[in-house]
Amino acid sequence: MSWQGQILRVNLTQGVAKTEPLNMEWANAYIGERGLGTKYLYENVDPKCDPMGPDNVLIFATGPLNGTMASTSGRYAVLCKSPLTGAIGDSNSGGKFGAYLKYAGYDLLLIEGRAEKPVYLHIDDDNVEILPADDIWGAGVWRTEEWIKARHQNPQLKIASIGEAGENGVLFACVVNDLHRAAGRCGVGAVMGSKNLKAVAAYGTRGVTVDDPGTFMRVVRETHAKLAESGGRRELTEGGTHPMIDMMQEWGGLPTRNFREVQFEGIDKVNPAATTAPNERGHVNLITNKACFGCTIACGRIAHIDPEHFTIVNRPEYRHASGGLEYETAYGFGPVVGVDDVDAMTFANYMMNEHGMDPISFGVTLAAAMELYEMGVLTKEDTDGVDCGFGSAEALAVFSEKTGKGEGFGKVLGLGSRRLCEKYGHPELFMGVKGQEFAGYDSRALQGMGLGYATSNRGACHLKHDVFGPDMEDVSGNGKAVPVKESQDMVSMIDSTGLCLFTTSGWGPEDFVAQLDAALPGEWTLERCIESGERTWTLERMFNLAAGLTAADDTLPDRMLKEPTPSGNAEGKVSELDRMLPEYYTVRGWTGDGRPTNETLSRLGL
Amino acid sequence: MQKSLLIDPDKCTSCLQCEMACSFEHEGSFNPARSRIKIFEFEHGKRSVPYTCTQCAEAWCLHACPVEALVRNPDTGAVEVRDEVCVGCKVCTIACPFGTVNYNPDTGKVVKCDLCGGDPECAKACPTDAIVYVDSAWTGFDRMKQWARQTDTRPMAGA
Repeated sequence: MSWQGQILRVNLTQGVAKTEPLNMEWANAYIGERGLGTKYLYENVDPKCDPMGPDNVLIFATGPLNGTMASTSGRYAVLCKSPLTGAIGDSNSGGKFGAYLKYAGYDLLLIEGRAEKPVYLHIDDDNVEILPADDIWGAGVWRTEEWIKARHQNPQLKIASIGEAGENGVLFACVVNDLHRAAGRCGVGAVMGSKNLKAVAAYGTRGVTVDDPGTFMRVVRETHAKLAESGGRRELTEGGTHPMIDMMQEWGGLPTRNFREVQFEGIDKVNPAATTAPNERGHVNLITNKACFGCTIACGRIAHIDPEHFTIVNRPEYRHASGGLEYETAYGFGPVVGVDDVDAMTFANYMMNEHGMDPISFGVTLAAAMELYEMGVLTKEDTDGVDCGFGSAEALAVFSEKTGKGEGFGKVLGLGSRRLCEKYGHPELFMGVKGQEFAGYDSRALQGMGLGYATSNRGACHLKHDVFGPDMEDVSGNGKAVPVKESQDMVSMIDSTGLCLFTTSGWGPEDFVAQLDAALPGEWTLERCIESGERTWTLERMFNLAAGLTAADDTLPDRMLKEPTPSGNAEGKVSELDRMLPEYYTVRGWTGDGRPTNETLSRLGL
Repeated sequence: MQKSLLIDPDKCTSCLQCEMACSFEHEGSFNPARSRIKIFEFEHGKRSVPYTCTQCAEAWCLHACPVEALVRNPDTGAVEVRDEVCVGCKVCTIACPFGTVNYNPDTGKVVKCDLCGGDPECAKACPTDAIVYVDSAWTGFDRMKQWARQTDTRPMAGA
């Protein structure tokens, strides 16, 4: 069996860590990772709790395939009640930390309470210690990792930590592991900071076994080959997710200047070609690609900033290589803020990784501030004397750092776009759902995406459904409810395995099921796995309803509902959410006000 | 023909499939902590380097072993550990200049790469051919070829 069979429960208020058996009934019903973490969250947290208070819990959940040779087996989830949305917070990350948490012997780590003083958790197989973090409180992620490895004389420790943003309560702070992979969304890092927990460091020597090794290795060889041969996989290896920016530009769905437009005139300066061509000084931004644990795709980008660029010309400490631009970061630091400077964008990316922030939420929050600045609502007095109009690379660079460090206007940006827009009397300028900012796809140009955003349990998110196909076949809202619902359930299933969604560039649902079935005892069928995904989705919804959210939260900003798309394939269109949403509730087996019916609940065993 | 592992760090993405494959072959579980091959990352992953035993012809570990627990496999050229003889003294781990012989505290024996008896799992698992298993006499073949390609120095070549 590919589970270790135990979880680690740490109560920071009491300073106690203890193990308990993994609840196999839940593991069988929810697969693992996102699904299992959701169940543990639901059973351990009052959905009405203060997300930044000691009653919230923070869960690090692995899946049954983590740590195995299944491709991309390093994915883990971080769950809590989100301080950004007040809804369920569920964020996942790659890197190596998740696999090593499991190798240490723990399928899931559950953090309760709040430490009196800053601490970090050191896990080395059975040896679990809650240790003082005074020396690294106030440090960025990179120094934190270095310090902990040196402190324990173990360079093989894998570390998930928060930067200053998480300490300072930036509402979109993330948990960063392995220097530049992050559980980026929902402000899970702010919750970690609220618990005075700086880091979790894990190393382990307990191997992961599988139920049927012969079958498993045969299936793994087949799935590796299938992924290797797929064109979609090859594109991810070669370009990461970044090439999507050229596709969205061409389609007319690339959010530009806080979603006022959907195409960006500076595209040639922010697309993949801009990262591979030498600049006027001969500097090339992109260096190489890099994999997360077990990943045979390797979509990660490693880049470096031109040493003569204004962002680092006097800061040699940032001349080293680190995580480079991907699609969402290119969008968040480029078109949506109107900036067309690849080095400034890469610098902002460094700041997100070092100080621990979600680049999507940061970019869209800055975009709203820029719109307010251009309207004259904000002036240079508010923005620390920095020109904060659209296109200001200086503002991007300055505030990506100040937001993490909680300095000046950065403190306001750290509230996220919804609170910032409310603070200045223009709530309509918040571009997101349930308090979480949009990813880089416009809801008017991609109707199914808009329905997915509106109904995503963690607030606006592009990764909880997959309807690019239907959206590009038909720019209307027709027939979008079914594929949105079905892909939401599918993604919930995939997010629960311990593997990465990007394997769908080469795999179908049956490939995940074959690997699960060989790794775990019992019979795992496609039907069972998809139903588990639907169960997870529905349980997330129940958490949100109990937290006080309603159908009124399943909506989009007026800009999406009333302002026609200015150009591109969907020119003149607005989101047809009003038509799609009731259809979606029906397809889900929910009432007209968005509540699962008793029949639906009992069908799913809820 | 004797074969050797040929490692090209430029192709390594640091996915650790090799570490899992190695530990699965030798320990029966996926357990990078017990892998005989390790990946080292430098500068935030700018460079990832697989490293393991090169199977020295004059193997220092073999000479240092006081109980003759290390023996050469004549078919593969690999220096292998005879677990039933190894006393866990760790002298070989000191003797090896490259650090590729290590002690396993779970078993009280040392572990090192044995080329999986001539069919190394790491090379089979590597998705990018950063680790391949080739003729020991020609590990430089591809690199020679790369340089050879650049020797066409005729004036106006390709003009």
